[in-house]
Amino acid sequence: MHNIQGRPTSPSETMVDAALPTFTGNRALQQEEALIFEIGRTDTTGVDLDEPDTFTPRLGGLERKGGTGLPGLSEPETMRHYVRLSQKNYGIDTGVFPLGSCTMKHNPRLNERMARLPGFGDIHPLQPLSTVPGALKLMAQLSRWLMELTGMQAVALSPKAGAHGELCGMMAIKSALAARGEARKIVLVPESAHGTNPATAALIGFAVKAVPARGDGTVDPQTVRSLLSSDVAAIMLTNPNTCGLFERDVVAIADAVHAAGAFFYADGANFNAIAGKTRPGDLGVDAMHINLHKTFSTPHGGGGPGAGPVVLSHRLAPFAPVPYLRGEGEHLRLVEHEAEAAEGEHPFGRLCAFQGQMGMYVRALAYMLSHGIDGLRRASEDAVLNANYVRVSLADLMSLPFGNRPCMHEALFDDAWLKDTGVTTLDFAKAMIDEGYHPMTMYFPLVVHGAMLIEPTESESKASLDLFIASMRDLAMAVRRGETLRFTEAPRYAPRRRLDETRAARQPVLRWTKPAPVAEAAE
Amino acid sequence: MRYLPLTEADRADMLARIGVASIDDLFADIPVDKRLTALPDLPLRKSEMEVERLLARLATENIAAANVPFFIGAGAYKHHVPATVDHLIQRSEFLTSYTPYQPEIAQGTLQYLFEFQTQVAQLTEMEVANASMYDGSTATGEAVLMAHRITRRRKAVLSGGLHPHYAQVVKTLSHMSGNTVLSLSPDVTAREDIIALIDKETSCVVVQTPDVFGNLRDLRAIGEACRAKGALLVAVFTEAVSLGLVAPPGAMDADIAVGEGQSIGNGLIYGGPYVGLFAAKAKYVRQMPGRLCGETVDAEGKRGYVLTLSTREQHIRRDKATSNICTNSGLCVLAFTIHMTLLGEAGLTRLARINHANAVKLADMLSGRRGVEVVNGTFFNEFTLRLSRPAAEVVERLAKKGVLGGVPVSRLLPEAGLDDLLITASTEVNTEADRLAFAKALGEVL
Amino acid sequence: MSETKFTKDHEYVRLDGDTATVGITDYAQGQLGDVVYVGLPEVGKAVTQGGDAAVVESVKAASDVFAPISGEVIEVNSGLEGAPSTVNEDPLGKGWFLKIKVKDRTEFDALMSEAQYQDYLKTLS
Repeated sequence: MHNIQGRPTSPSETMVDAALPTFTGNRALQQEEALIFEIGRTDTTGVDLDEPDTFTPRLGGLERKGGTGLPGLSEPETMRHYVRLSQKNYGIDTGVFPLGSCTMKHNPRLNERMARLPGFGDIHPLQPLSTVPGALKLMAQLSRWLMELTGMQAVALSPKAGAHGELCGMMAIKSALAARGEARKIVLVPESAHGTNPATAALIGFAVKAVPARGDGTVDPQTVRSLLSSDVAAIMLTNPNTCGLFERDVVAIADAVHAAGAFFYADGANFNAIAGKTRPGDLGVDAMHINLHKTFSTPHGGGGPGAGPVVLSHRLAPFAPVPYLRGEGEHLRLVEHEAEAAEGEHPFGRLCAFQGQMGMYVRALAYMLSHGIDGLRRASEDAVLNANYVRVSLADLMSLPFGNRPCMHEALFDDAWLKDTGVTTLDFAKAMIDEGYHPMTMYFPLVVHGAMLIEPTESESKASLDLFIASMRDLAMAVRRGETLRFTEAPRYAPRRRLDETRAARQPVLRWTKPAPVAEAAE
Repeated sequence: MRYLPLTEADRADMLARIGVASIDDLFADIPVDKRLTALPDLPLRKSEMEVERLLARLATENIAAANVPFFIGAGAYKHHVPATVDHLIQRSEFLTSYTPYQPEIAQGTLQYLFEFQTQVAQLTEMEVANASMYDGSTATGEAVLMAHRITRRRKAVLSGGLHPHYAQVVKTLSHMSGNTVLSLSPDVTAREDIIALIDKETSCVVVQTPDVFGNLRDLRAIGEACRAKGALLVAVFTEAVSLGLVAPPGAMDADIAVGEGQSIGNGLIYGGPYVGLFAAKAKYVRQMPGRLCGETVDAEGKRGYVLTLSTREQHIRRDKATSNICTNSGLCVLAFTIHMTLLGEAGLTRLARINHANAVKLADMLSGRRGVEVVNGTFFNEFTLRLSRPAAEVVERLAKKGVLGGVPVSRLLPEAGLDDLLITASTEVNTEADRLAFAKALGEVL
Repeated sequence: MSETKFTKDHEYVRLDGDTATVGITDYAQGQLGDVVYVGLPEVGKAVTQGGDAAVVESVKAASDVFAPISGEVIEVNSGLEGAPSTVNEDPLGKGWFLKIKVKDRTEFDALMSEAQYQDYLKTLS
C-alpha cells in the first residue's frame, strides 16, 4: 500500500489574513505570557527544601506577621515563563544592534565559562586574602592591561558602572583640589556630552558650564581657554566625542586645562574607536572611566550589570578610593582602610561595599587575553572601518550634520533629510524594527536635531552590513516615495505595537496589585 | 581572529568603497606624534584553549566556598542557587539585550522588571520599588540623598549597627556633596540610644536590621521619633532571605527601605556584581533614583510595559537629575526574580526557617565552649562571637585547617578596639558535619 | 480689568489688581507634547523674576518654568496633580500653574504684549 496521505504545503494555502485572532492570542512561536502573580501561588514552590526540626527561635518577637504574597511556580512552569519572556527580546545574538555610544559587540561565551569557574564565582569578598591569591592576581592583571592600554599610572577598579566611574574620577579631582587648598566650583561639559556627565558633576556640588562646539562638531581649544578660570575644577570630555568624531585639538585643550590648574576628565564610553591606536594618557587625560560592558565585551544583560574602572594619572593616583591593590605577584595586598594606606596615599573614601565587579573583571580579562594587544588594535580598526562603510553607503540618502567626512566608530546622521516627509526619526526607527533590526540611538547627542547615531561595532560581517545598508536604503527610498504609514504605524510585527508612554507617566502603575474580588467590584 | 568576521578581502573592498588607501587614513585626526606605532607591552592573541588554561590556573589558587565548611557573611551570603536560574540568565535574549529603550522589542525585560519591582515591594512590605541599584551600599547612599531632597535637610544619622562599609559609602557621598553625617559608634549589643540624637536638622535615620553584628532591631519607636521631628526612617538589610521570617521595613513604617539582594539568585563572586534593592512609600516616587518600569497599553489595547517617570533620570534631567545612575543590575535582577519565583512565599519562608534553625544549632554548639561566647540575644542567620584570642588570627588559623569561619570585626573596623569579635553566618548550605568541623577547629585554635 | 503679558520663555502673566496668574502658553504646551506632571512650588514661597518657579514634564522632557515676575506665591493649581492634561487642553484657562502676589508692577509692564509675543513666535520657526 502506498502512502498517499502526505502532501507538501504551498504558499497559496498560507496566504491568510495575518490579523485573524487566535484563541490564545499567541501567534505560533510568539506567545502571550501572563504575570507570575496571575499564574503562581503562595503555596507552590519549585525548590525542594526540608522543613527544619523544631527549634526555639531567637528572633526577639520580631517575626514577620503575615505572608509576603510572593507567588511560586514549579520548575517547569518557571522555565516556560522566562523562556517565553526571552522570546520577546531582541539581543546582539539576534541581529545588528547599531546603538551608537553603547558598543553592542559580540559577547563571547568563553567569558561566561570563565566567570563561572568556582575559584572566581564562589569566593567571598571578606575571605582571608591568603585564601584568594588568584583573585588578587586576576585583578592585578586586569589593572595592568587597563593601564598599559591607556598609558595611565594607576587604576581604581571598584566603580560598579560607567556613571559610578565618573563619580570616582570627579571625586578624585575634588580631593586633589582640596589637597591643594582649593575649592573650585565649575566643571566644563560640552553640550554634546552624555547626561551622566553633568549629573555626576552636579551630584558632588559642581556648577556645570556648557562648552559649545564649533561648526565641525568638535571643541575649539580657544573656546575652552575663554571659559577657563581659577574657579574651573575640570573639563569632562568624551573622545572620540558623542558625534563620533575624534577631538583633534585634544592635546591643546589638555594643555590649556592644566595650565589653568584644572583637571581633564575623559568619558571613556567611546574607547572602542581608539584602543591600541592611541593612549588617553598621552593626550593629557587625568582620569578616564572605562565601560567594560562596552569596549571589553561584558554583556549588557538587559540593562546591567556594568563595570566602570577608572584609570588615573600620577596627579590623581594618590586619591584612589579604597579598596585598592598594592604590591605584585605573590605579595599582592588589598588596602581596605585609610589607616592601611601608605605614605603619599590619601584615598578619598569608599564607593561601594566590596572590591567591585569581579564577575566583569574575569570576563573582560578573558576577552583581552583572547584578542591580545594585536587583536584589540585590529578590533578598533574594524569598528572604525565598519562605521565609515555604513556612512558612505547611506550618505547620498540621509543627511550628515557635519558633512560626509570620516567618522570614528560611529556615524551620526540627523533628520534634515526627513524634513516635510511626515516621517520623524522616531518613526524611521520603529520601521527598522519591522525589518528585524534594533534601531540606532535616537535623539542623542542633543546638539543635532533628530539624531540617529549608528555604531555597528567590529562584530558585524560585511554580508551583515550589506544587508543592513540595503534595508536602510530601502526604508529611506520608501520615505521619499511618501509611504508614510509604513513608518507612522510601525512597528507592526513586534510583540507589541507602540506603547502609550504618556499614560504610563500620568497614571504610574509600578507594581501588580491584587484586584478587588468580583462581587465587591460589581456593587 | 574568532571574534572578527571581516576578511582581508572584505577590508580591501570596504576601504576602496570608502575611498581611502589604508585604515590609518581613517585615524588621521589623531595627532601624528600621539599615534601608537609599536604595540604596547601586552601579550598577543591567544586561542580559547590557551585562555582557559591561564585563567583556570588562577581560579584553582582560590578556596571556593562550596569546597569547605563555610561561615562567612557580613554583607554577602552563600546560598544555594537552583540550576534553572543560571541556565535562564544565559539565554541570548536576556544576556545580550540592552536597556529596554525600544519597548516593543524588549517586553521580556520589561515584564520581568515589573515582576521584580512587585516582588521587592512584597518582600519589604513597601508600596513601590525601583528596578534596582548597583548594590545595597550604593542604594543606602542614594536613600540618604533622597531623604535630603524630600525633607530639604542635610544631616543623616547612621546607627552603629550599620555595616561599616555601607557607612563609609554614605560618608564619602555625603562629604563630597556637602552634606553631614552623624555616625554612631559600633553598637555590638544593640543598645545605642539613637532616638536622643534626632533633631529638627535630621533628614533621616539609617538603621540596619538584622544589623552587622546580627542583632534584630525593632524600628517602630525610631520611626515614631523620626516622624515627630519631620525626619525619615531608612531601613537597611544586607540579607534578603531574612525578610522571609523577620518583620519587614514596611511593617515598621519605614519611609525608605534599601538592601542587598545578592542572597537571592546571585553567587558570592568576590563582591560583585550584586543587586541593590530600593523601595519607598508611594508618595515619594518622584524623588526615587534609578529606573522604574510601569504598566501601560499598546496601540491595539494590549497590556505592555515601559520604562517610565524617566524625567527623574540623567538622560533627560542632566544636572538636575535625582541621581547620575545609568545602568541597573540587569542580569542580577533577572537572577533574583527567577529564584524568587521558584521559591514563592512558601519556599522563601521555609528557606528562612532553615537558615535561622542552622544558626541556632551553631550558636548552641559553640556556646559554653572554652574561649567562645555568643554575644547576641537575637539573630537571624548571623551572630557575633567573643573569642579569647584576636579574631583575625583565629580566622587565619581556621583557614589553614580548611575552615572559613567568619569575618573578624577588625577587618571591617580596624581601629574600634573590637579585635576579639568574630561575625559568623549560617545558611542552608551548612551541614551538621560543617558545624562539627568548625567547632573542632575552633577548639584547636583557641 | 485684567491684562495679560508674555515672556520669551513662553510664560504668560495675567494681572488682576496685585494678583498675577502664571502659566505656560499654547505654543509651549504644543512644543512639550503630552504633559504628564507639573511640579509646583509651596504656597508662601518668595520668587524672584527669572528664578525657578515650577517644573513641567512631558514623557521625554522636563522644562523649568521661571517666575516671570517677583512676589509671593499665594496659590497653586493643585488640580493639575490628578489631571496634568489640562495644561495641554486649556493652558491659559484651567491649566494655570500658580498665583503670585505682586510687589512691583513695573516688572509686569516691561513684559511683551500679546501682539509682541506673536511676533516673537514668528521669529522662532
